[in-house]
Amino acid sequence: MISFLLYKGILSGAILALTLLVAAYSTYAERKIAAFLQDRIGPDRAGPFGILQPLADGLKFIMKEEIIPNVSNKLLFVLGPCIAMLTALMAGVIIPWGGTLIMDGVEYSLQIADLNIGILYVFGVVSIGVYGIMIGGWASNNKFSLLGAIRASAQMISYEIAMGLSIIALIIMTGTLSLREITLLQTGGVGGDWNMWNVVYQPLGFIIFLICAFAECNRTPFDLPECETELVGGYHTEYSSMKLGFYLFAEYINMFVSSAVISTLYFGGYNFPFMNNLGLDHNTITILGTVAFFLKITFFIFFFMWIRWTVPRFRYDQLMNLGWKMLIPLAVVNIFLTGLVLIFMNR
Amino acid sequence: MTINLFYFLSFVAVFSALLVVFSKNPVYSVLYLIITFFAIAGHYVLLNAEFLAAVHVIVYAGAIMVLFLYVIMMLNLNTETEPHKSNLLKFAAAICAGLLMIVLVGSLKGSELLQSPVMVHDVGLVKNLGKVLFTDFLLPFEIASVLLLAAMVGAVMLGKSEKPPANETKTSK
Repeated sequence: MISFLLYKGILSGAILALTLLVAAYSTYAERKIAAFLQDRIGPDRAGPFGILQPLADGLKFIMKEEIIPNVSNKLLFVLGPCIAMLTALMAGVIIPWGGTLIMDGVEYSLQIADLNIGILYVFGVVSIGVYGIMIGGWASNNKFSLLGAIRASAQMISYEIAMGLSIIALIIMTGTLSLREITLLQTGGVGGDWNMWNVVYQPLGFIIFLICAFAECNRTPFDLPECETELVGGYHTEYSSMKLGFYLFAEYINMFVSSAVISTLYFGGYNFPFMNNLGLDHNTITILGTVAFFLKITFFIFFFMWIRWTVPRFRYDQLMNLGWKMLIPLAVVNIFLTGLVLIFMNR
Repeated sequence: MTINLFYFLSFVAVFSALLVVFSKNPVYSVLYLIITFFAIAGHYVLLNAEFLAAVHVIVYAGAIMVLFLYVIMMLNLNTETEPHKSNLLKFAAAICAGLLMIVLVGSLKGSELLQSPVMVHDVGLVKNLGKVLFTDFLLPFEIASVLLLAAMVGAVMLGKSEKPPANETKTSK
């Protein structure tokens, strides 16, 4: 019992630290990639190549004067960023970060909890994530904040539907909700038993899921909640110091987690090609698999940033039309097609 | 352990449900209602109904309450502007609610003898629940889906404006 708790504790701590580290360096990567795409240099003063920039940013956030508006609802004003951060970190529990490590004959899984409702847990966390933004925006007692919060909630609810529907097709195909089992079903692939990643069978579902992930993370081209030209700073207009930092940081954590979920569901998770044909022992495969998983995540984080600095922001009616009139019908068609194909394949 | 958790969750559920009624600010009421839903989801987990718990959080806490909060924030209800009900109405409402509670308690009191037709241990797991829904309870399941469809059609009809579509007014400007 004690060793079990110790192992889960170490694993949770490691994943928490890793999430925060990746999120911190995503801010640095975002600025470097923006600079690259816009033909600038980007941050290069703090340390070699500006590698200490996230530390400097964090320190600045903490040292800044903290302002809580007099007319705001103080308790909820503080609660908002807390909820945003908490829900962003909660989804990491369910993701299989790697296979199993065998030490002294005991098998240790690199996943904190393998719930049998797996993917539904992720949806639950995502759906309460919107409260951080809504409560913060309302408690600021500022009309721009309130408008930003209302936009955020409408957008997130609309895109959650399409996201859920796109996942249903995948669940019909795999027959399980557990993320670990979904990953295990994608083992092998090129060179092995030609057991392909899910993206090969579910290209439409993948595209819908990806677009919805952008909307759920409030990333460009869906960053209407913090649209500077119309809403000053959107829901975090009144925030300063580390509370603003929490909101911005939660966005990067969400990006990291959704990259991990996309990699798990559609790109084989910790599986990599030829993994069972190289004659490596179990632990080496696990470690290489985790490395491969993080490479996939890094690619998707880069993809998020690439889109941000390439595509301009949507207008609000365009956003709603895309969500309700394009993505939801497409997702329903995808479910229908998947069902038909499975019936004809007699599975 | 489980019984302690049960008491804790029940306490949270009842306490926050009372606060829903007693808070002056409607936004606080909604937030307490969300806490109540989480406590009830915890009860579902204790009963091995994980799927139900997840769906409860997604649908009630994650979608319906967001819409509640949305509407209340838009209306911006204040205690000053809110119309106050007369004492007679409050008295009548209290009696009605009390009668409803007596009916509920009375109907639930006899039900402990009734055995549920499917007392499978893991009935809350997705696979078992799906099997039960699509075999034993197929008709109620389908009827419920038709009911939901009708509600959705009604909502779309109500939401549709009778004015000409928005893009025509835009071009006329």
